[in-house]
Amino acid sequence: MRGYLPDYDLTAPAFLGEALELLAKHPGQYRPLAGGTDLMVLLNAGQLPASRFLDLSRCGELHGIQETSTAMVFGALTTFTEIRECQAVHHHFPNLVKSARLTGALAIQNRGTLGGNIVNASPAADTPPSLLAYGAEVELISVRGTRRVAYDAFHKAYKQMDLAPDELLYRLHVPKPAGRTFHFYRKVGTRQAQAISKVCLAAFARLADGTVAEFRVGLGSVAPVPARARNAEAAILGRPLGALPIEAARQALLQDISPIDDIRSTAHYRQAVAQNVLGQMLRELSSA
Amino acid sequence: MANSISLTMLVNGVSRTAETHPMARLLDVLREGFNLTGTKEGCGEGECGACSILMNGRVVNSCLIPAIQAQGATIVTVEGLSENGNPSPLQAAFLKHNAAQCGFCTPGMLIAAQDLLNRRPDADEDHARDGLAGNLCRCTGYVKILDAVKAAGGSQ
Repeated sequence: MRGYLPDYDLTAPAFLGEALELLAKHPGQYRPLAGGTDLMVLLNAGQLPASRFLDLSRCGELHGIQETSTAMVFGALTTFTEIRECQAVHHHFPNLVKSARLTGALAIQNRGTLGGNIVNASPAADTPPSLLAYGAEVELISVRGTRRVAYDAFHKAYKQMDLAPDELLYRLHVPKPAGRTFHFYRKVGTRQAQAISKVCLAAFARLADGTVAEFRVGLGSVAPVPARARNAEAAILGRPLGALPIEAARQALLQDISPIDDIRSTAHYRQAVAQNVLGQMLRELSSA
Repeated sequence: MANSISLTMLVNGVSRTAETHPMARLLDVLREGFNLTGTKEGCGEGECGACSILMNGRVVNSCLIPAIQAQGATIVTVEGLSENGNPSPLQAAFLKHNAAQCGFCTPGMLIAAQDLLNRRPDADEDHARDGLAGNLCRCTGYVKILDAVKAAGGSQ
């Protein structure tokens, strides 16, 4: 049964400053609403707790993609379609484009936002593994000012984030890769389109002198939060491309993940497939 | 906590206004407020695409849009596709290729296909499959739908 509309209140501030004032005056009382592609689903299902909502869509400061000499900066309300259509993102962050293409279908990509994808904090979201692989930072804002947090430290536990009740996710800073690079993204779901992932893996490597000079792997759907594969990364970092210890990395990956049985898959399947996708990625890396 | 807004949109070329709750679904405003019942509700969760409309020139799921975010928007529903009472080239292609079975998904299919053709007038099979990935046909009549979209792509 759908949620009863009079139980909900929605305010749409015209400016970010107004939104932050409201959050500061009533900390924890307003729930931010971006593209609505998650929250409206809950409303339709009668699972959205009665609350006050803050529609952020009019806050111009939260929109847009900017490029600096060292990074690309994404406003929290950047849509998946905007990511898909930005040439500079294709050039620097192909994994992010793939993530955006695989998030729902076009109608969702036209509405859903990068910030919403992060703050909704689903471990199965498609963009977080790419953001982890690229070493992104989140910038948070409140009336107290702004602060930046490494994205791999932002998710604390299932749906728990390093985000104070008066703060909003403001922007994402993603450093532009330099030199010889390797990008890999694979989402495994029940089918190609419109499926929520069972396992998702994104990897980024920088190669120098025939070795892996920089390496990050982001994982989705195999832990309570989007997570780095730090043990698998450690097995590979610094190794020569021609002699990557793939089996050791596959074993190390088991320390990085804690998959569960749920409606979409089983822990056993997720563990096996995460290892296999890691192996596939490392074989591609070894011949990069 | 109830509140209400006066929502004004350009719907199929006509300025329309409704008094509505700001979190009402745009789908309900269109169907119940404006009696535009061509737009259907299937799943109510953004999977099936039956509620597809064009908002500011892009295909969206109207069941997931809080009314307030459509303030001032330009909306095209399936009722707005025909041209002077005649089927659009896309609609004519759907007729010619028998691309409707029960017809419930058809308004959403037409809107998603129109969105695709607006972006890619020469859409081929791959484009059509990508463009319609968010629209489900429970009759599974996809082949004829894809044929119609490709034919419209060739004729536009």
